[in-house]
Amino acid sequence: MHPILKLVAQRVSLGLVLLLAASALIFIGVELLPGDVAQSILGQSATETSLRNLREELGLNEPALTRYFNWLFAALQGDLGTALTNGQSISKAVGERLGNTLFLAFWAAIISVPLAIILGLIAVRYRNRWPDKLISGITLSTISLPEFVAGYLLMYLLTVQFRVFSPISTIYAGMSLGEKLSAIALPVMVLVLVVLAHMMRMTRAAILNVMQSAYIETAELKGLRPFVIIARHAFPNAVAPVVNVVMLNLAYLVVGVVVVEVVFVYPGMGQYLVDHVTKRDLPVVQACGLIFAAVYIGLNIMADVISILANPRLRHPK
Amino acid sequence: MPDILLDVRNLKIGATVYPPGEAPQDIEIVHGVSFTLEKGKVLGLIGESGAGKSTIGLSSMAYGRGGVRITGGEVFVNGRDILRMRAAGLRALRGHEVTYVAQSAAAAFNPAKKIMDQVIETTLMHGLASRAEAEKRAVTLFKKLGLPNPETFGNRYPHQVSGGQLQRAMTAMALCPEPDLVVFDEPTTALDVTTQIDVLAAIKEAIHATGVAALYITHDLAVVAQVSDDIMVLRHGKTVEYGTVSQIIETPKEEYTQALVSVHAILHEEKKPAGEPLLKVENVTARYKGTKFDVLKNVSVELYPGQTLAVVGESGSGKSTLARAITGLLPPSKGRISFAGRELSAELKDRKREDLRELQMIYQMADVAMNPRHTVGTIIGRPLEFYFGLKGEAKRKRVQELLDEIEMGKGFIDRYPAELSGGQKQRVCIARALAAKPKLIICDEVTSALDPLVAAGILRLLLELQRIEGVAYLFITHDLATVKSIADSIAVMYQGAVQRYGGKTDVLTPPFDDYTDLLLSSVPEMKLGWLEHVLAHRRMESAGN
Repeated sequence: MHPILKLVAQRVSLGLVLLLAASALIFIGVELLPGDVAQSILGQSATETSLRNLREELGLNEPALTRYFNWLFAALQGDLGTALTNGQSISKAVGERLGNTLFLAFWAAIISVPLAIILGLIAVRYRNRWPDKLISGITLSTISLPEFVAGYLLMYLLTVQFRVFSPISTIYAGMSLGEKLSAIALPVMVLVLVVLAHMMRMTRAAILNVMQSAYIETAELKGLRPFVIIARHAFPNAVAPVVNVVMLNLAYLVVGVVVVEVVFVYPGMGQYLVDHVTKRDLPVVQACGLIFAAVYIGLNIMADVISILANPRLRHPK
Repeated sequence: MPDILLDVRNLKIGATVYPPGEAPQDIEIVHGVSFTLEKGKVLGLIGESGAGKSTIGLSSMAYGRGGVRITGGEVFVNGRDILRMRAAGLRALRGHEVTYVAQSAAAAFNPAKKIMDQVIETTLMHGLASRAEAEKRAVTLFKKLGLPNPETFGNRYPHQVSGGQLQRAMTAMALCPEPDLVVFDEPTTALDVTTQIDVLAAIKEAIHATGVAALYITHDLAVVAQVSDDIMVLRHGKTVEYGTVSQIIETPKEEYTQALVSVHAILHEEKKPAGEPLLKVENVTARYKGTKFDVLKNVSVELYPGQTLAVVGESGSGKSTLARAITGLLPPSKGRISFAGRELSAELKDRKREDLRELQMIYQMADVAMNPRHTVGTIIGRPLEFYFGLKGEAKRKRVQELLDEIEMGKGFIDRYPAELSGGQKQRVCIARALAAKPKLIICDEVTSALDPLVAAGILRLLLELQRIEGVAYLFITHDLATVKSIADSIAVMYQGAVQRYGGKTDVLTPPFDDYTDLLLSSVPEMKLGWLEHVLAHRRMESAGN
């Protein structure tokens, strides 16, 4: 077997083990919460008998280990259980919400990742001169601004002052792609502003690190243009650290955008999770936790795999 | 009037230094150097590190490394003053008219790109040939430089070929755009002697065949004597002597040049084995964890008190691994090691403090073997405290005695390593080893990173200390000249096994085995025509077989 396949297989299996551990942690965490699911469904006035019957029905009397494996196997088959609050299938609700979240994250990523890398390259090209300082200054101030402030500012500018977009980003089935894109324009802008600085700074730092190498001097002595040196000779050797930060930010775009969703009334995973946390709907919390963990671990494995593939020593062994 | 290609007039180069705790200062590192180079000729620039030779070489491309700036003078290439050129003009010059071969090709090649793409990059960028033509040129050069499988060599990545091959590939990269001038910056210094001779021959042949002019920068006079027409000796950024090769080698005028020419002339009488051996390595076999390959194969050597055993070999021959086995860092899988009449535990952690004290080590890189945040006094005082419990005034007094012994005297005890020269750092490491009053010091390439004259000083000091203290040395080196100067007995290692072992005179007297012969005949000699002589001799031998 090609050694690289082995390495990749190792990473993927490690990721699966990690996901299993995460699922156990989530289950234990929820288990440790005080209170009783039956009690929270039926309310304070429930009688002992009805509580006992409901516990029986929900399988709450089984030992924790059995319930954990039941939950896990069901989740593996795509059944995340039913929400306590409305008795609906969690999988169905989550499927819709996750689709929306991924739609938003996808467009934010498509814009922010190339933009961050290009800005990083430009910052290196003009390091310590005004373009570098300007890029650093702007991206750092946008990351320092809380998301809701940026959100309301943009909303004020682009919906109140200039009526370009709608302040409500709700999307629903039946909208055309154009309508959807117009609806999510504002939240996408806010998310881009939030994740840009981190990726740009990492690209800049990783390339500057590589710029110290002897082969960069070789390239300079070949009479190559500065930007060619950075893009063709330095960047390919800085891919690994950049990819790691990009993936962390992509994960953030999927799991960490609650505030933006609330500000723009966007029907995504974050809002769904927060709604059900306040209602103490534990099966939903558990399901969302599992999905978020899977997203994080999946993206980080992808970062690892890309880093491995970007290393010529691993790709082309002796 | 000969055809002048490069004309350097009164070149001055400056740099900004940042002394710790002080304001940055501008200093001058090259003080008005002038020389000319005709088309198709080779000028050797020679001097110790810090002499400014690389800096001068790079000035022919109007390039300053790091914070280095050209502050005065003129550099004419093909009649144009390149110091007055703008960025675009310089880009057209670099990689087209003047190209560069770096000391470490392994670092100078981009690890993420195929060799071919890097070799033909400038040729394509300057629009000198189409891709197909450029590739054909590169393959021709690969062939000329004796690279294996020249047709497919370029498809590999830098990490897939050896250091010597990469150095030749870098030469091909420099020659591909058909430049007028190539700057060779210590192109063979990082190579083993047996590889160096091949690369040297390849470079010389390529220079001859293409008619390109070259600046050849090195600290090894014997090497530069083989390839140059003229030689310029530099010291502290000034010209010491400038003349033809035969004049410099055969009738050097300046004292400094004379010292360089006679650098290897340390005389040391071989001592015969006497008494019980201090160190006995018997049939030691060892491998690194997780590998299936023995790096030491059945090695047996002996070392007598107060004597020096030199272990020679190329990189990868297992000589440093032998030191790791003796010090306990790599427990052998087979064999035994006894020291001062007792058997040493294989594992470092099982050894007694007395074993540790009596067996000290000095390393190649004195820089990284010392804590940069400790003063010389703390560094040398540490073993005094650890082994003898010395403290306060007593410790300071003993440190000063040791400093006197390594000829550093007063005023160094409170300095930091960064404030010392390379030779002084290595001396401090020697004093630290001596502080433990050892019976044996393992010296791992201790002079390899030093300039020849400084290295000679260290070797003299080691011999003197051996005479006074009666300490034995296990001297690991790839440099056969060093071996000739200081060894009593020699072990030649090749691929993890001892190839030849015995007293110095016996080992260095023919008949030789094939490997020892190759190794010995590859050491450059300070003689004109040595390279041709050796190569002709080898061709005759291989024709005879």
